Amino acid sequence: MNAGLAGEIGQLTIEHLTLVSIAMAIAIAIAVPAGILITRRAGWRPWVVGFANVMQTIPSLALFGFLIPVPLIGGIGKRTAVVALVLYALLPILRNTMVGILGVDAAVRESAVAMGMTGRQLLWRVEMPLAARTILAGIRVATVTTIGTATIAAAIGGGGLGVFIFRGIASVDSTQILAGAVPAACIALAADAALGWVERRWTE
Amino acid sequence: MHGAMARRSLAFRRKPADGVSALVEFRDASYRIGTREILKGLTLQVEAGETLVLLGRSGSGKTTALKMVNGLLFPSAGQVLVDGTPTTAWEPVRLKRRIGYVIQDIGLFPHYTVAQNVGLVPQLENWDAPRIRARVSTLLGQVGLDPEQFAGRYPRQLSGGQRQRVGVARALAADPSVLLFDEPFGAVDPVTRLDLQKQFLALRRDLGKTSIFVTHDVREALMLASRIALLRDGALELVAPPREFLDAIGAEAQAFLACLDWKADWQ
Repeated sequence: MNAGLAGEIGQLTIEHLTLVSIAMAIAIAIAVPAGILITRRAGWRPWVVGFANVMQTIPSLALFGFLIPVPLIGGIGKRTAVVALVLYALLPILRNTMVGILGVDAAVRESAVAMGMTGRQLLWRVEMPLAARTILAGIRVATVTTIGTATIAAAIGGGGLGVFIFRGIASVDSTQILAGAVPAACIALAADAALGWVERRWTE
Repeated sequence: MHGAMARRSLAFRRKPADGVSALVEFRDASYRIGTREILKGLTLQVEAGETLVLLGRSGSGKTTALKMVNGLLFPSAGQVLVDGTPTTAWEPVRLKRRIGYVIQDIGLFPHYTVAQNVGLVPQLENWDAPRIRARVSTLLGQVGLDPEQFAGRYPRQLSGGQRQRVGVARALAADPSVLLFDEPFGAVDPVTRLDLQKQFLALRRDLGKTSIFVTHDVREALMLASRIALLRDGALELVAPPREFLDAIGAEAQAFLACLDWKADWQ
């Protein structure tokens, strides 16, 4: 492995991490509140979960492609890549937030209300702490899959470790493919372990 | 016939002390879900210091009546008054914090320690920390749990009976004027239940709290009640002190009293 390749791995790894971090931050900021909202509005549940479901069923390469002609959020480059990654990450976070909150014991919820907690206190003091573990599990799943999916961002000029992989495929060069795939896998494993640790720490 | 009995019992009721009006009053309160009438025009007064037991079978409307006191439910028709004000006119959070509530499933917060569970309402009421700590200690002592030993534990580290005691302590925390109990001792073994019932009587003697207590256990009703209100299919059958209840001749009262006659079943 030459010095030029090592340097490029470092640079693309940072690019990859940036893509994933931004996408995850946005996905969490959308999916957690949306997940909370649909525990309050049962009627919206099938629509919101359905939307997230549909997003996840679109093949990832196709989703990136679909976004190219879309104005404002589309086009070629990082912005489009982030949008696609966010759409992918929504479902696990959204669903786990909903399941975690709805899973809070009915007796616990009833006594919280009967003790005179306001809606906000019920949410922040009872429901969110008790759902935290489930929500974190959703974030963990979403993060790990996003790290993998982000390699496809290179197809639409989003950069990241996928650049190696697409270049390797085009030039039938397995060294290039591995230069993208191995670091991506390592990041995914590291993220999984780190979030697993947070998950355990949070509840014990 | 039942109506006449109910009136007779009401006439026998001890009058409250001068100037003390009913703490809780049901005025022709009904509760309907769709076309199903769960509670039919309940009229009943609960006076300061008494323990009114709502006795009835499953589905008789007793839990519904109880939940109308602290505003978990509101009557479809009629009124429920707490301290002379209809529950609909109370600010919901204020009403609930004035009333202690203990349910069979207890509903302790699993992520809070015993001390945090008991101190929750005082904390919501913005008491300062030393005052909450002192209050928690007192309460745990009153329900028969050593504060040193139990304050730091989590609900999962307690037995069913201990959890129920914590539930009672939590309900008492902010010194509520009324306590509501919904079959609180239904899920514990009979020996523990007797312990808890005795504890309840001791607390009542010491604190003189007004309580409304829902149960389907006639023995428990006779043991704990100042007055028993018998509900059947959402309607009030009779109201009587335990001693009079024993002589009641209505069919539903007889059905419950028959549960006491264990010898008849045994032979």
